[in-house]
Amino acid sequence: MEVTLNVKRFDPESKEQGSHFQEYNLEVEDHSTVLDALVKVREEVDGTLALRCSCRASICGSCSMRVNGHAKLVCKTKLRDVIQHDHKVLVEPMNNMPVVKDLVADMKPFWDKVRAIQPWLQPDGAAPEREYIAPNATMLHLTGVMSCIMCGACVSDCTALEVDKNFLGPAALAKAYRFLGDPRDDAGNNRLKMYGESGGIWDCTRCMECVQVCPKGVAPMERIMSLRDQAIQAGFNNNNGARHTESFSELVKHSGRLDELRLPIKTFGMFNFPALIGLLPVGLRALRRGKMPPIIHKSIPGAEKVRRIFEKVEGKK
Amino acid sequence: MRFAFFPGCVSRGGAPELYQSTVAVAEKIGIELEEIEGWSCTGAGALQESNPLLGDTLNARNFALAQRMGLPIMTICSTCQGVMAQAKVKLEDEEYRAQVNEILATEGLEYTGGIQVKHMLWVMVEDIGLDKIKSLAVRSLDGVFLAPFYGCYIVRPSAALEYDEHPQRREALELVIEALGATAVDNEGKTRCCGFPILTINEKNSLAMVAKHTGEAQDLGADAMVTPCPLCHLNLDGFQAKAAKQMGRQINVPILHLPQLIGAALGMDGPSLGLNRHIISAFDVAMKMGIRV
Repeated sequence: MEVTLNVKRFDPESKEQGSHFQEYNLEVEDHSTVLDALVKVREEVDGTLALRCSCRASICGSCSMRVNGHAKLVCKTKLRDVIQHDHKVLVEPMNNMPVVKDLVADMKPFWDKVRAIQPWLQPDGAAPEREYIAPNATMLHLTGVMSCIMCGACVSDCTALEVDKNFLGPAALAKAYRFLGDPRDDAGNNRLKMYGESGGIWDCTRCMECVQVCPKGVAPMERIMSLRDQAIQAGFNNNNGARHTESFSELVKHSGRLDELRLPIKTFGMFNFPALIGLLPVGLRALRRGKMPPIIHKSIPGAEKVRRIFEKVEGKK
Repeated sequence: MRFAFFPGCVSRGGAPELYQSTVAVAEKIGIELEEIEGWSCTGAGALQESNPLLGDTLNARNFALAQRMGLPIMTICSTCQGVMAQAKVKLEDEEYRAQVNEILATEGLEYTGGIQVKHMLWVMVEDIGLDKIKSLAVRSLDGVFLAPFYGCYIVRPSAALEYDEHPQRREALELVIEALGATAVDNEGKTRCCGFPILTINEKNSLAMVAKHTGEAQDLGADAMVTPCPLCHLNLDGFQAKAAKQMGRQINVPILHLPQLIGAALGMDGPSLGLNRHIISAFDVAMKMGIRV
């Protein structure tokens, strides 16, 4: 199979500023992975190409990079699945991290975030005489999240991190879920308070990029949603994020549909005048264009049936 | 071609021009839309945060209502589409579906599985067909450059959205834009997040996303952006001016709903498509398409 790798190159020691793209034409086996092709380039064509890999079996998490714009473990990615009509494959280093050289990203920001969520057990009381015991059943719900191999793919493609480097990001927050859910840990409330602060769980956009790119099915976003719910349940709900979630539910329960006018008012709080005044210009423009949501929100026909579903399911919870 | 029509909350609230243009275009093309009586919000992912079972039950209720009509569902919102697709996958589990049906039983409803849920974008590509679209386009959009913007939930997770079974879904918006005679711009941001879900939670980040994507479209020479998602529309259109100010640059890119673009190519006039109801004026792009707003 003929393939053209279009590789983003960057050499910090080069006199030329910035990065550039370089194409490599190769003949590869039909079953070759993107990593096979990159290694072939490095060994047979251009020894200056820098990349990182180790196990070549999607266990070590070293070889994350972007293929055609999305983060992947290149050892797990067959060329035939990503090759374009013109035989090209675009290969770039991970996003949201500095680049050391070529396809090698600097994972320091990744590890800093993981450390920030305190990824160690914090039990209360005196240590037991022997090991801490955790019954099997209490750990089962953590097996999915413990499959994380810290490859950085989710962080690379996170849309919130792209605009805000302060965001803890999907990998660290999935790790946070793992420690919060461990029966041997007693720092639950401290953790929930910390994870709910600026840059934490409420800054996720729910865009699903992390769910899509995770090569291990960890679904970090779903863990973040669970952290939000746990934070609300624990009473950490005096913030816009929690109020948004709670108000959304209340409004749909009331009329069966979302009342777009009341959602921001309830989220900011009725007496949060600066925030509400901030919305005025857009509101007025919308009014002028005849697209202001109706002041008197109409319930759906049979709204009481939806309300009954809410009551029934909320009762179960 | 008949569908159980699911308009979604936003087209009945802050984006009435989407509802209006959908109904007008469907009639013109010959898609019969029968609105689902008593449909409710899908939960939009927000409800699912705190109670996934509740979200799934509301969706199962909508599915059951459509099944009673004996029709597949058509949506006009990327978010509704995605949330419904995810609920559908979960509800294929018989045990879980039975649990949900038990809740629905008080209303005399039952969802039996296997519902088809299709966004209007996919209906255009898969049911109407690109050749038919080409033949229907009477107004020349030659020289009109449009930047697609999908909305996260019609892109991810691709398995629930059956992308492998329908490979054209990966580029459906570009295919429709080109079939209508316009030129699709290749903007990197087209499958990224518009920032709407965090607008009231972290406005700074939300606006940064709006500025990034609208700015990119403008820099690539787009006359407008086109989206199948009314939530993206609310943010990209409604908050574009504020986002541009935050970023400290000039941005002025009108945002069109998908059916507005289709209607424009089909020769319909501006007011019937609601092209006059945008915060960022669509006047210039409408003029370029030969339409009076």
